[in-house]
Amino acid sequence: MSFLADNFTLLRDAFLTTLSLAVVSGVLALLLGTILAAMRVSPIPALRALATFYVEVFRNTPLTVVFFFLAFGLVYVDLQFPSRFITAVTALALYTAAFVCEAVRSGINSVPPGQAEAARALGLDFRQTLTTVVLPQAFRTVVPPLGNVWIALAKNTSIAAGFAVTDLTAVLQRLANASADQLALVFVAVVVGYLMITLPSAWGIRVLERRLAIVR
Amino acid sequence: MRITRYAATLAAFGVVLTGCASEAGNQAQQEAEETTAEVEEVEFEPGSTMAEIVEAGELRVGTKIDQPGFGLANTAGDPEGFDVEMAKFIAAKMGLTEDQITFTETVSANREPFLQNGQVDMVVATYTINDTRKQVVDFAGPYYEAGQDIMVAAGNPEKIEGPEDLAGKSVCSVEGSTPAENIRTNYPEAELVLYDAYSKCADDLRNGNVDAVTTDNVILTGFVAGDPEAFELVGNPFTKEPYGIGLPKGQDDFRDFINDVLEESFEDGTWAEAWDKTAGAITNTEAPEPPKVDRY
Repeated sequence: MSFLADNFTLLRDAFLTTLSLAVVSGVLALLLGTILAAMRVSPIPALRALATFYVEVFRNTPLTVVFFFLAFGLVYVDLQFPSRFITAVTALALYTAAFVCEAVRSGINSVPPGQAEAARALGLDFRQTLTTVVLPQAFRTVVPPLGNVWIALAKNTSIAAGFAVTDLTAVLQRLANASADQLALVFVAVVVGYLMITLPSAWGIRVLERRLAIVR
Repeated sequence: MRITRYAATLAAFGVVLTGCASEAGNQAQQEAEETTAEVEEVEFEPGSTMAEIVEAGELRVGTKIDQPGFGLANTAGDPEGFDVEMAKFIAAKMGLTEDQITFTETVSANREPFLQNGQVDMVVATYTINDTRKQVVDFAGPYYEAGQDIMVAAGNPEKIEGPEDLAGKSVCSVEGSTPAENIRTNYPEAELVLYDAYSKCADDLRNGNVDAVTTDNVILTGFVAGDPEAFELVGNPFTKEPYGIGLPKGQDDFRDFINDVLEESFEDGTWAEAWDKTAGAITNTEAPEPPKVDRY
């Protein structure tokens, strides 16, 4: 047990890094993903095509490749992120946004067309229809799929360990090699760290889902 | 009609595949003929670890497959390098042929568990002997002594001559490695950047994102030899990293046996020969003085 006490600050900082990676890129992905979903249902063909292109590129590219491109590829066009943490957040947000977009779009499609038609009949334009009538209903139905995306994101943050961000997985590698005799304990500590993020999330998603459920 | 066409395609594909396979086989055979280790007939005391391995007809060796000069998988998938040659020496002295060696990839983090769980009989994988590791595994050897060194951009723009000069500079290494731990504890003023592979460090150094890369000199010389226009070795090793052969704890008979084999290869020159055709061929260096085996 003294082993865990000795490495407490290291494990705590790593946990906070993992948590902030997930939260920051999660918020960014939610914003970007929603904008993309709006573009995918918009009446302007160019916007639809652009969003579709984005989703297909990022949804079908392995996350490690996205990381690699941002970390080592962008230099060749003279672009540089201010820190490796920001590189990781950008990669995670860009990748996850594609999944958020598809989840939100499925929610939009689940809102009966009559709702949008009624809003248009009342004189609301496309933006007003979307933000005040369709999206509020859409988000209620996409809580479970967005929850999936969030939990996947929380675990995907581990890829950042391979790109010079000291998160829980990086600390797992460090401690596993430095203290060969404490391997099992290191594993347990790191797994508990991830569960502290994902299990409360799973519970929160269930609560949210019940609260927001609408009877049609 | 369609079925026959599929069959024809499959058959053609099969021909190509077998063609490849036999080619790889020929290559492996050629390499086997070139090797210096000669199989000997030996008898071991019943019940000894060696007798058990000979009985099983297979020596299971954990090695790295991404370390040029020491353990690197060739195009056929077989590892080659100085570590691999050591394993071949030992197998030969046990009366086992090279076909009877089964190589398993081990990475830095799984060497101890592989030994403890009996997944391999021994680990030859640029494995530094140290006291923490000795608590859970045993070491034969050392069979080579590396040292931590620093690689910088060609021309050494930051004028780094040793670890003291790293203060305030960004230096890249691999998370969980002994060199990284050494910098963290002994040179805390250096800013550590930790990836999961040294090739990423080399990329970052080439891009100018870090000022230096640090790890065992044998790994760095591989990078410098690969791209001498971009990289330069400081050439001032500041630690001693004795590479040993990891064994499950408590197999003293096997450890003594391996130590004998190593000492013999130091004396009869086969050790230096193995160096010349593996790590030495990459780095263009003469075989160093063999280290002294530590029988603890």
